[in-house]
Order: sequence, then C-alpha cells, then structure tokens
Amino acid sequence: MAQYPLLRISGLRKVFGGVIAVDDLDFDADTGSITALIGPNGAGKTTVFNMITGFLPPTDGEILFVERKIEKLPSHRVARMGVARTFQHVQVFSQMSVLENVMVGRHTRSKTGLFLSLLTPPFWRPEERRIEEKAREWLSFVGMEGIADRPAGSLPLGNQRMLEVARALAAEPKLLLLDEPASGLNARETLAMGELIGRIREMGITVLLVEHDMELVMEISDQVVVVNFGRRIAAGTPAEVQLDPDVIAAYLGE
Amino acid sequence: MERRDYIGIGVLLAMVIAVPFLVDNPYYLGVLVFTALNCLTCIGLSLLMGYAGQISLGHAAFIALGAYSSALLTTLAGWSPWAAMGAGAVISAVVAVIVGVPSLRLKGHYLAMATLGFSAIVHIVAIAAVDITGGPQGIGGIPYLSFGDLVLDTDIRFYYFSWAVVIIGLILALNLIHSRMGRGLRAIHGSEDAACAAGVHTALYKIQIFIISAVYASISGSLYASYATYIDPGPFDVMHSVLLVTMVAVGGMHRLWGAVIGAVLLSLLPEILSSFSGYFQMIGLDYSQDYDILIYGGILLAIMLFLPEGLFSGGRSLFRYLYQKFSPAEEEG
Amino acid sequence: MDQVGSGFSDFLQFLFMGLQRGSIYALVGMGYNIIYNSTGVINFAQGEFVVFGGLMMVTLTMTANLSIPLAFLLTVLFVTLIGVLMERFTIKPVKNPNVLRLIIITIAVSILLKGMAMCFWGKGSHYMRHFTGSDPIEVFGATLLPQTLWIIGILAVVVIGFVLFFNHTMIGKSMRACAINRDAARLAGINDRNMVMLSFALSAGIGAIAGIIITPIIQMDYTRGALLGLKGFGAAVVGGLGNSFGAVAAGMLFGIMEAMAAGYISSHYMDAVALLILLIVLFIRPSGLFGSADAARLREF
Repeated sequence: MAQYPLLRISGLRKVFGGVIAVDDLDFDADTGSITALIGPNGAGKTTVFNMITGFLPPTDGEILFVERKIEKLPSHRVARMGVARTFQHVQVFSQMSVLENVMVGRHTRSKTGLFLSLLTPPFWRPEERRIEEKAREWLSFVGMEGIADRPAGSLPLGNQRMLEVARALAAEPKLLLLDEPASGLNARETLAMGELIGRIREMGITVLLVEHDMELVMEISDQVVVVNFGRRIAAGTPAEVQLDPDVIAAYLGE
Repeated sequence: MERRDYIGIGVLLAMVIAVPFLVDNPYYLGVLVFTALNCLTCIGLSLLMGYAGQISLGHAAFIALGAYSSALLTTLAGWSPWAAMGAGAVISAVVAVIVGVPSLRLKGHYLAMATLGFSAIVHIVAIAAVDITGGPQGIGGIPYLSFGDLVLDTDIRFYYFSWAVVIIGLILALNLIHSRMGRGLRAIHGSEDAACAAGVHTALYKIQIFIISAVYASISGSLYASYATYIDPGPFDVMHSVLLVTMVAVGGMHRLWGAVIGAVLLSLLPEILSSFSGYFQMIGLDYSQDYDILIYGGILLAIMLFLPEGLFSGGRSLFRYLYQKFSPAEEEG
Repeated sequence: MDQVGSGFSDFLQFLFMGLQRGSIYALVGMGYNIIYNSTGVINFAQGEFVVFGGLMMVTLTMTANLSIPLAFLLTVLFVTLIGVLMERFTIKPVKNPNVLRLIIITIAVSILLKGMAMCFWGKGSHYMRHFTGSDPIEVFGATLLPQTLWIIGILAVVVIGFVLFFNHTMIGKSMRACAINRDAARLAGINDRNMVMLSFALSAGIGAIAGIIITPIIQMDYTRGALLGLKGFGAAVVGGLGNSFGAVAAGMLFGIMEAMAAGYISSHYMDAVALLILLIVLFIRPSGLFGSADAARLREF
C-alpha cells in the first residue's frame, strides 16, 4: 500500500534570529508506530514538537498530518485535528483537581458554547456527565483513579507526568507527542511509563517521543531519528542507529 | 454549580429580603442600590480578572456606555428604558470587541492599557461632546423602569429589583465557570501552553469573557441611569475603574463570591468612614473624600501584598488553619 | 493657509510641537521598557514618575529658588529614590511573583503616588520657568521655543547615555543578561534582584527627566500621569515592547502625528490619535513596527 504516513515532516526549518534551531529536517511517523526523536541537548527536538503542535511557525518546510498541511495552524486547531502532547517541564493545572485536569483534556471532544454555558446549570447538561465519565476512565487507564480529587499541584512529579499523559489521552488523539516523559522519574516510575507507552501503542495511537533515557528509547521505539544541531544525522531501527558512526560521534562529542 | 454555591445564593437572597426590614432610611437603601450596581459590575470584572487572567481599567467606561445609551435613547428617541438597556448592552459588546480583539490576541496584559485608553476617550467625549451628552451638565429626566403598571420609582422597589438582577447575574456567571468553557479558562490560568495543547481556544475565550463582563457593566450603567434619572460624566472616570478592580481584588479575584463580598464591603466603606468623621476630627484629622484615593490605593496595595487571594479565600484558609490547629486537641481531650 | 509659505511654516510649527511632545513619549516609553525587560511587568506608575519629576522641579526652582542644574539633579535623585523604594517595598516582597499580581500592585502604587502628589502639591497646575528664557526663535516663519531645543537635546543625551550604559558598562551588560535569560545570568553570578531594583531606579530617573523638561511647557498637575503614561506606553508598544530604540522612534512618530492631528484636524481629537495608532498597530503588527513577530509571540509575560 502506497499510502501516506500519519505524520510526514519534510524540509522543516526554524531560524531564531541568526540561530538555526532546526535545519532541513525530514522524517515520517507511520500509523501505530512509536518514533523517538533523540539528540544532544539543544539539538532542536522540542522546537520540532512546538512546530508540529502549532506553538511556533516554521521558517520553512511542511508538516503533513493525515494528508493535510498543518504548519500554519494555531495550536488549538492542531489539537482539534487529533494531536495531543505533554511538555518537557511538566505543565499540569495545579489549582485544579486531578479529575478536572483530565476533563480539560476532553475539550476537543465536547462542544457546549458560551450561551449554553451561561444559561444552563451544569446538572442539566448531559455532556458534562459524559466528560466526567470519560475522564475517570482515562484516569484509571494510567492508574490514578484513587487520587482523582487531589489538587494536581500537590502530586509528586511522577504522578504529574502520568496525569499529563492521561490528559493528553483523554482527547483520544491520533498522534501523541511526549516530550521527555521519563525525565525526573526514578527507575520504577520510568518502567511504569515505558509500560504505559506500550499500552498506548496497542490502542493504535501513534507516538512521537523525545527522550534522553536511551534504555527506554531503545526498548520501546520502532524508529529512532537522531538530530544534532537541528539536522537529521541518522534514522532507522534502534539497532541500526546504535551502530551508526555519526551517532556515536555526536554522542561522544568528537 | 456546587452545593455551597446554592447555599450561598440562598443566604444572599435571605439577606436581600431581610435588610429592608432592618433599614428603612431611604438614604441607606440608596447606598444599597449602588452597592448592588457595583456588585453586578464586579461579578463581570471578576470573570475577567479571575478566570481570563486579564485586567480592565475601563469598566467605568462600559458603565458610562450603558448609562448614556439609556439616557439618550429614552430622552431623545423616546425608546422604552428596557430597549435602551438592550441597545446599551449591544453597543458595549461591540466596543468590547473593538478594544479587546487586538489586545487579547497577544499574550500579556495589553488589555489593561487598551481599556485605560478607551476609558480616557469616553470620559473626554462625555465632557466635550456637549451637544449630545450635555457635557459636564449631564442629562436629566431619564424615565424610570417599569413592569407594566409597576413603576420602579421608589428606593425600595429599585432595591429589590437591582438585587434580583445581581442574583441572576451571579447565577449565570456561576453556570459559566462550572462548564467546559469555565474549565478551559481556569486551565489557561494554570498553564496557557497546556490549555492550548488541549484545544482550548485561548484568545476566543478571553474575548468572550471580556464581552460578557462589558455587558454586565453596561447593564449596571443602564440601571444606574434609570434609578438616578440623571447622569453626568463625574462617576465614570478612571478612578472608578480602579475602585472596581480594588473591590474584586479585595474580595478575592479567583472566586465570584469574592467579588460580591468585595463590592459590598468597599461600597459601604465610605459610609462607614464618614460616619466616623467625627472621631477623625477628634484626633485632628479632617476626613474628606479627597483622601479616598489614598485609602483605596492603600487597601489595594495591602491586599495584593499580604492577602493576594483576597478576603474570601484568605478568610477560608485562616478558618482551615484554626480548625486544623484546634480540632486535634479536642479529639485528644 | 493657501500660500505655500504659510503652509510650510504651519507644518514646521506643528513639527516642532510634535518633536517636543514626542521626546516626552519616547522617554516614558523607554522607562516602560527598562522595567518590562527586567521583570516582564508593565509598570502603571510610570506616568506618576513623570508627575513627581515635574512637581518636585517646580518646588525646587520656583519655591526653593535653586539653580536649574542643581534642582534638576536633586529632582532626578528624589524620583529615583521613589523608584527604588517602590521596588523594595512593593515588588521585592512578593514571594511567588505572578505578572497579574505585580501589575495590580503597580496600579495600586500609581494611585497612591497620585494621591500623595495631590496632598503635597494640591490640585492646581504649577507654572515653571523655562530653562533659558521663553523668547521664541523664528525659523522659516515658525516659532521655536528654546525649551523645545532643550527637550530634544536632553532626549539625545539620555539615549546616548543609555547606549553607553547598556553596551559598555558591566552593570548595563549584567542587566541585559538578566533580561535575556535570568537563570543563566544568576548562574554567572549576577544578582538578579539588584538588577530589578536598578531597573526601577533607572526607569524612575528617566521618568523624572521627562517630567522636568516638559513642565515649563505644559504646567504640571497631579492628574497628568495617566495620559502621559498611556501615550508613553503606546510608544513602547508600537516600537516593539522591550525595544528602546523602537520606543524612541515610535514616541517621535506619536508626537508628530498627534501634533499634526491637532493642527490640521482639531485639537479635540489630539489624544484620540495616539490611542488609535496604538490599536491599529496592535491589529496589524502585534510585535510593534520595529519588533520581530517571533519575539512578540514567544515573550513570556
């Protein structure tokens, strides 16, 4: 089948002032796969995420998602199309409860507008109940149903990372972008996160991942794309990439 | 809405009904009418400050738009006061779009300055366009509101009516914040990036909230015009906008109930101060309204420095602290 | 008006007026930028610094009869001190600074300062003598006040001083480093809290200078802070918030457009022109005329 991949990035460039953060980057992410984007700090990985999700306009290049160009869309539109993400510096809504955080994740899957919100009390809205039910389902998917009413800001980092994933999943996205999901986690939590990402793939959700924990990356990824100074220096299966001389050079700083 | 919101509305309703039995002095009823009008504006402003995370220094100008629309359309065009009130609300909404769209598309607090500028222009026009607004002399002979034969021409009638409007406005606002949209707005407050990534259309929601809060202010202005039957540019200056911000901040800007409490407290404060003016003179101070500017500035600064969550939430945390401190001791004993 | 000559002299007259006003907006706009760059906060008390500068200068020259250079120096020091006190007592103590809270604090401070100005100097407007006489100079049929030359000259001196300070002194470079990346600057051993204080000091000082030089022309009173602040802010935004040369250029543009509007249309619309420009620029180029789009989008408030 000569079909398009779910996500195709071609010739992507981003220049900040005089600094080239991302330089002529190409890669594909096939439906249902896990793609890891790795590279030294400052290689431009998060910038790529920000461009895919509409937080930054690319200087040049194309981002095709389900065969539509999305590089000029604002972030909320990209989210509506089925792209969800987490952040490198964990971003939970700390004043809100764990459950409410996930309920925000249902935003693109619900539609009550301004006037209906003003005029009807919440208990008259069946949609509100559905949002809550679904949110609870996703909380139990990540194993946090027991702490649904805790304020999100009071959770330890490991739980906050899980909560971010649950919130992203609640949107039932086609593509999930995880920005360093294991950073700051201990060994046990990292294991749990790896297991969770595996289960996400089983559901048919495509995952794009930035991660520094090489053990995790090599274990779960189908494809690894290595970037350095914004350029792709290698791509392939974990085994192929590990043997690539350019990659070894970049990581050992030669 | 949560259960405690219903309890709160019940308590507010009971107090609104009970107060006229305790206070029969028409002057104080008048003060309570102005309190209600401030409450209404502050509920809208609290949506903007607490939920959209933006400040408006131009709400007095939206009050002015409502008041002048009511005054002009009823006295010159012979409209019914209700229709004029509606027209004022529409005009305010349109102006809110014009002022809000450019400044709310951006991250940051451009809205505060844009509204300040808009407010300055409205004030200048109200004073300078003598042919239309009557300039500093203002406009008189504005008709009362009425329901059929029931004309709201006494303090007590208008008192009940204005507080009924406040309670309706409060219920609508509470509905709004306990909805998908309200959640989206609170999410923006927690992390604007994460909210965008979840599909919350940040700029659109901020603009919608700004429009709602402008309409609240405009209706409050229309009510003011038909209660006072006379308006002039005096009360609609920037200082009044700052006072409204202070009311919301004092009560606690992240809670709608905070806005109600702040509005009530600060609306009654000048009455309390002037009733103490005798004491002020005894200690050698000559209290006059000129010092209000220092008093309100001082209150706003003190609240933001020492009790940023406002009296409502601050009071609750104090209560919780005391409860936690003393309840285990009881269990032991 | 029909004659070319008188048309030109009118134009020149409005241009002089525009340059004079524009210089003030430029200075106020620079003041906003300094604090904005170091804290991310729009300081609503910026206009009050201008008022205090003007009124203090009136007291020192007209009542205390000090010489103008001495009074100038003392006034700038006095207002700088107000800026420092403001930072130490109202900005520094805030533990978890969130921008909304800091902005409301600056609003509160501006109200307090306005109230104090009213208490100290009363409600009337105050006359101050021109620096070097008020006999106008004739230029192609237009009249130019010596004070206008002083205003433009002092703006130039401030801008040059500004460039030298930020590019060639250690403190200035440290302040720039803090503005670009506070965490990195802290790691490099820069005390970022002191930089914030310094930014309030500088900003207040520049505000005071604006107040001092304009007072002989507009006659200062305690209510003027809001409008002067607003237009200065307009200059800062149109110039690209954070970009001080942009603010100077935009301030001049504001002043000139305003003076032209006052001259050719009607003086009633004068104040509206500045705001209109501001709104239009926000609509078309949110990053300001001289800022880059990416920078405006990314800027963390």
